[in-house]
Amino acid sequence: MFHQDTIVALATPSGSGAIAIIRLSGKDAIAIADSCFQSVKNNKSLKDQTTHTIHLGHIVEDKRVYDEVLVSVFKNPNSYTGEDVVEVSCHGSAYIQQEIIQLFLRKGCRMANAGEFTLRAFLNGKLDLSQAEAVADLIASDNEASHQIAMQQMRGGFSSEIAKLREELLNFASLIELELDFAEEDVEFADRTQFKSLVDRIVFVLKRLIDSFAVGNVIKNGIPVAIVGEPNVGKSTLLNALLNEERAIVSDIAGTTRDTIEDELSIGGIGFRFIDTAGIRETEDVVESIGIKKTFEKIEQSQVTIYLFDSTKGITDLKSIQIELEKIKNKYPQKPLLIIANKIDLLDDSQLATLQQQIEGVQLLSAKTGFGVEQLTDSLLNLINTGALRNNETIVTNTRHYDALLKAFEEVQKVKYGLDSGLSGDLLAIDIRQTLYHFGEITGEITNDDLLGNIFANFCIGK
Amino acid sequence: MSLFKDTYDVIVVGAGHAGSEAAAAAANMGVKTLLVTMNLQNIAQMSCNPAMGGIAKGQIVREIDALGGYSGVVSDRTAIQFKMLNKSKGPAMWSPRVQSDRMRFAEEWRNLLEQTPNLDFYQEMVSGLLMEGDKVVGVKTSLGLEIKAKSVVLTNGTFLNGLIHIGDKNFGGGRAGERAATGITEQLVDLGFDSGRMKTGTPPRVDGRSLDYSKMIEQPGDDNPDKFSYLDITKPLTQQRSCHMTYTSPEVHDLLREGFDRSPMFNGRIKSLGPRYCPSIEDKINRFADKDRHQLFVEPEGWNTVEVYVNGFSTSLPEDVQFKALSSVAGFEKVKFFRPGYAIEYDYFPPTQLKHTLETKLVSGLYFAGQINGTTGYEEAASQGLMAGINAALKVQEKDAFTLSRSEAYIGVLVDDLITKGTEEPYRMFTSRAEYRTLLRQDNADFRLTPKSFEIGLATQERMKQMENKKEQSEAFVSFFRETSVKPEEANPVLEAKDSSLMKQSDKMFKIFSRPNITIEDMRQFEAVEAYIQEHNLNNEVIEQAEIQIKYSGYIEKEKNNADKLNRLEGIKIPANFDYSKLKSMSMEAREKLNKIQPVTISQASRISGVSPSDISVLLVYMGR
Repeated sequence: MFHQDTIVALATPSGSGAIAIIRLSGKDAIAIADSCFQSVKNNKSLKDQTTHTIHLGHIVEDKRVYDEVLVSVFKNPNSYTGEDVVEVSCHGSAYIQQEIIQLFLRKGCRMANAGEFTLRAFLNGKLDLSQAEAVADLIASDNEASHQIAMQQMRGGFSSEIAKLREELLNFASLIELELDFAEEDVEFADRTQFKSLVDRIVFVLKRLIDSFAVGNVIKNGIPVAIVGEPNVGKSTLLNALLNEERAIVSDIAGTTRDTIEDELSIGGIGFRFIDTAGIRETEDVVESIGIKKTFEKIEQSQVTIYLFDSTKGITDLKSIQIELEKIKNKYPQKPLLIIANKIDLLDDSQLATLQQQIEGVQLLSAKTGFGVEQLTDSLLNLINTGALRNNETIVTNTRHYDALLKAFEEVQKVKYGLDSGLSGDLLAIDIRQTLYHFGEITGEITNDDLLGNIFANFCIGK
Repeated sequence: MSLFKDTYDVIVVGAGHAGSEAAAAAANMGVKTLLVTMNLQNIAQMSCNPAMGGIAKGQIVREIDALGGYSGVVSDRTAIQFKMLNKSKGPAMWSPRVQSDRMRFAEEWRNLLEQTPNLDFYQEMVSGLLMEGDKVVGVKTSLGLEIKAKSVVLTNGTFLNGLIHIGDKNFGGGRAGERAATGITEQLVDLGFDSGRMKTGTPPRVDGRSLDYSKMIEQPGDDNPDKFSYLDITKPLTQQRSCHMTYTSPEVHDLLREGFDRSPMFNGRIKSLGPRYCPSIEDKINRFADKDRHQLFVEPEGWNTVEVYVNGFSTSLPEDVQFKALSSVAGFEKVKFFRPGYAIEYDYFPPTQLKHTLETKLVSGLYFAGQINGTTGYEEAASQGLMAGINAALKVQEKDAFTLSRSEAYIGVLVDDLITKGTEEPYRMFTSRAEYRTLLRQDNADFRLTPKSFEIGLATQERMKQMENKKEQSEAFVSFFRETSVKPEEANPVLEAKDSSLMKQSDKMFKIFSRPNITIEDMRQFEAVEAYIQEHNLNNEVIEQAEIQIKYSGYIEKEKNNADKLNRLEGIKIPANFDYSKLKSMSMEAREKLNKIQPVTISQASRISGVSPSDISVLLVYMGR
């Protein structure tokens, strides 16, 4: 089979339990685990242990102890994937999980692609053919827009920095290819000093990015939750009630929350990232309509949507609420949607009964009195427990990108060495292509056609 | 009694570079072959520049030769200048190129074809195919003749509905002075083929006696010229002719601009797309307006003719504008024109309609090669002709198809790119199109390809033997470096002269040789090395081969490993006519593209634009077991 490398990934959702499981699979799984595992009992290495056994010990690198863990060893072919598998049960902190996965990456693992464990299990005959469709669906849905999500999860400057770095690399590669394929053309070739300073800059930025990834400064944490509703329905007040602090702008003039504001909140040990948005009502106001467009973008990026409306409006203008709800449901049929009627302290019991009858699944709440806030947080946690939400996405994104950057860094070092030792362009190009390949793992694909297109666009080529 | 009553195994239509190689290959494979062309005086015409090879193209010519094609031999015998381009770079970039004697080139091709057994000739325009269901069974000519065949190779070049443009005049034609071919496109479209239009151009030819070379820069050939063919039936040049170089100027550009309103490129008369890397002079000054000069290469068209080719001045501007502008170029003040430059539009068939064998998916037994597939260049055309000719013959012989992978040959990259990605502009080979160019060198095309060709009965015993000798000798020489040690006393003076760090104790020669700036000339200063070379009577080719294998072993190994990974995916076959529309987990775009292109392997599928890695994973799930 074509799979030969060893993959690693988090096997459990993070944060929700006391422990988490990190799974390695592939021909070096046991050796890699061995290289950073120290048993408390004896010095017998994992490869000498019998299959299907559990061992207590520590994950260590040099002198540093990462965590006390339980390691389970499954030797091929009797494992989930049919390959050698090691499962490390560590403590459930996102930080520890990330550190351990990053350690395994440095030791030679590759971050598993979405659904890859299942794919390998299937390819090694561990799953039935009838399950093929399900496996395919899993892979497809997990991969869907993964690059896009990843880029969106990055904080401010980082995503543009990565895009810029890729462009510089592409330019570098084009310049190298230019002097190879078009040596006879009347174009000015970059000299080696220019290349060196370019590579130095790439090395520098890459290093800084890797460091930032390592300490978790790049990826926003928490499950993104968009709070959507008409202006002045009390979104900001609800956010404040959830956050227990005055963060968003609160005012009585409809439409004050034009900029989207985000805040992170831990509920029941799970990180949520609430995104305050302007509503989606039809408007003539230019500023307001930009806000509406932003709202839909934020819904797109979120894993769950909270639709919030003013209960008094639910009585006076039920129709427009139903229209807006239809709009969201039609646009995002797969996305969990919580419908919240705020300000119920202003309604009487019969009005509340009507509301509940007219809007299916509505939850009653008063941000002002705090009624219903707990029910809302319960609903959110429920989504996690039923599996509708995945909360390890940020760790996956983080480690996957860390892995790609690390490998890109390794390759770019070779380029630097090659430049210093006067290596010819065709050989440099091998390492540059590898670097670009790893960058492509973050930003999407790159092909040789990109390089040629770049050359033709920038240089007058051809006799 | 009719002219043709027997059924041919293979009919090749067109006798350009593709057609000539196709006919030679099929005939040499032992099948009864007919070459039909509109004009038997114009076999293997160099319709554009009088040169073969160049970067990436030179590697292709070497591959053609290694497979037993004729292009290398003809190029060697008709060369007037040889250059190894990119010699200052790594060995993967070394690219042989010759300037050719245009008339001798065509003559030599015709002579070689006439000496080829199993090959008949006929001059006539083919106007259609004879069909039986979805199978081709021969061709019809414009005089109404029907010639039966088991397979047909179409190599129509720029002739299909060719339309020549010079300024605001245009007229039908396949080349200057030759008429266009009609009928074939229309019939193929009726059969269900997609067709498109492409454009290419050529510069004026002028009288060399009217030029002042003292105002130009001389460009001589190499001091120690090499050659294309691996066989010793050709010899390197002993004398050569120089090319010359000059530049355009702002004044020339202004004169050209005056004619822009009559340029078919700019007034919308030419609708099809020309290549970005072979732009006309008007295109260059339009797109790169800030450049105040462009290179022009003045290339002699042969040993004896006074005609010269003005490379870099491809144009479809009116002839008076061409003349006025060129007369302002340094050295061209008194220029006399032989023929003006022109642009030509012609029909092509998007090559995604082909299999790896270059047989069409729609019509069994029908093969396409050359510009009909949207490529440009003699070398690209010749290599496709060779592959189509081989496969047409193999099919008649009911033998397995012959294809080359991307890690085996530039020809493999070329064919795979064409049938997998198609092409929007005339396709030319570049080394950067190959993933593993360190493996696809001009020095080892024989190692890569001759055994394969020998196996199918094309490469001769003699060629095979010669390759094996070279291989054995170079491998033995590499082993010698691995096994022989050198002492510091002997090595250090050599190292010191090269500013390389000195040795403290004896070490294997291989390690010294691996150092970046140490060459075979340095190594030959060691007594044992020179003695080995003399004793085994090693020729330059063998010595160079050993040097490359030692100096670049790390990179070659690395690329081999990468290629092996690709080959694993190459090994997972997709059944013919696989229905992708039922794979709901795959993106719509991927399903559409895959259904259209019908890749043969997972690896090929992964190279189709719009097919993502996740689509491939999904596909793997269905193919995996």
